[in-house]
Amino acid sequence: MSDVIDRPLQGDEKPTATRLRIIDCDVHPSLHSFDDLNEFLPKRWQRHLKEYGSHLRTPYLFTTPYPRSSPLIARRDAWPPTGGPPGSDLAFMRKQHLDPLDVEFGILQVLDLFIFSQQNLEFGAAIQRAINDWQLAFWSHRDPRLKASILVGQDGTDLAVAEIDRCARSGEYIQINVSPRANEPLGRRRYWPIYERAQELDLPLGIHVGGYGGHAPTGGGWPSYYVEEHQSNAHTIAAQLASLVIEGVPERFPRLKIVFIEGGFGWIPSAVWRMDQHFERFRSEVPHLKRKPSEYVREHFWFTTQPIDEPDEARHLRALMEWVGIDRLLFSSDYPHWDFDDPRFAFKTPLSEAERQKIFNANARAVYKF
Amino acid sequence: MARHIVARTSEIPVGGNKVFDIAGRDIVVFHVNGEFFALLNRCPHEGAPLEKAACVARLTSPEPGIYQRSRVGEMLRCPWHGWEFDMRNGQSWFDPKRIKIRSYPVAVGSGEELQKGPYVAETFPVRVEDSYVIVEV
Ligand code: FES
Repeated sequence: MSDVIDRPLQGDEKPTATRLRIIDCDVHPSLHSFDDLNEFLPKRWQRHLKEYGSHLRTPYLFTTPYPRSSPLIARRDAWPPTGGPPGSDLAFMRKQHLDPLDVEFGILQVLDLFIFSQQNLEFGAAIQRAINDWQLAFWSHRDPRLKASILVGQDGTDLAVAEIDRCARSGEYIQINVSPRANEPLGRRRYWPIYERAQELDLPLGIHVGGYGGHAPTGGGWPSYYVEEHQSNAHTIAAQLASLVIEGVPERFPRLKIVFIEGGFGWIPSAVWRMDQHFERFRSEVPHLKRKPSEYVREHFWFTTQPIDEPDEARHLRALMEWVGIDRLLFSSDYPHWDFDDPRFAFKTPLSEAERQKIFNANARAVYKF
Repeated sequence: MARHIVARTSEIPVGGNKVFDIAGRDIVVFHVNGEFFALLNRCPHEGAPLEKAACVARLTSPEPGIYQRSRVGEMLRCPWHGWEFDMRNGQSWFDPKRIKIRSYPVAVGSGEELQKGPYVAETFPVRVEDSYVIVEV
């Protein structure tokens, strides 16, 4: 690959990656304003939202705990010409993202209102219901390419299960999303009823990075810089992978599928090697595990590709992908956020047509049963 | 290289830019404090449209907490992942040897000088005093 771009793409010339239709597993829609939710939110909770707003485990209303360099963590070119925040205008999303990249399906990931981190569990459940309905009414029903997930806050486990059942009846949602930063590590028993229901309904469990849980995002405490915090997404997810595997979730729910979204995949090989190595030495501590951790990972977990790692040498990326497994990777763009990956240029290493087919389409098609 | 007259200087506001299709290439011309710079309208990283980039200053920091700005408006920050480039030559700020945006020489010529060139002066008889932005591709 030449680093100096000296030739623009001509007219209808299509780079190889987009000759196949893309399933984008991470597209972020946004509310235009909270009023969008009025038709789905009982009066009582509308008033609550106006008067009290969010009660999160971190300070400040309606914002992340500190400003970040890119407003709303968005691409500068993603602000719709009609106004409103990036991701809030379907026509613009189609024109800027879905159509030119030939997206066959885009999986919606809603981050508004820090839905998973609401401390008031009843309010959180009301907001989750509203957002789940809004995903269908404002997005999926207007563009059948866009697929909704059932968002639930797992700390109110019974409320979560009720919401899963309510949504699942419609048959329109393609996964169940929980937070990677809950009150306890994800493998803990208190969350099992959600996993049980996911397995019964045969809906994958989606876990999108970010948000604010009750704990500092790194094992060492609160980071000083955004760069540092962004880095912590990878180890938060690595910790959750270990928790799910070691506490026995895949062992207990053998048909459960789990997708980690926006955690990248560079960290996976060493996390899995280490788990295996320790399993060999300490297996008597965890007799409920019948197989090596790596076997559970290879059968139960998938990982979306963004933010993709960019080692200096293309062959290192290639080796990494082989270690993780080409069949475990699902393409995601993270549109319209600033660290968006363009499917045509993100993989700076050669891939065969068959591999592209898997990463950009077939793997997701199988997991989500499109 | 051919010279292409692309616009009147007044058509690109200071701090703004305009995209032209020049010889089949999407080229963005920036106007910074009276100077013009022409670059290919694609970031060498993942291809973001540079017309949406932020025109920023060079920011240096001799020690934590102390920041200095210079060359205001001459650095380009990509609208996607924020890679920064020097508008004068397209070089990336963090890895100048490897990463670079294709840049093109730009000149400003007065209508007087250009009237014998490819621009037919008679078409714009009253405009002959204007200045024009010329990009070499
Ligand atoms: S596309 Fe410009 S920095 Fe990534």
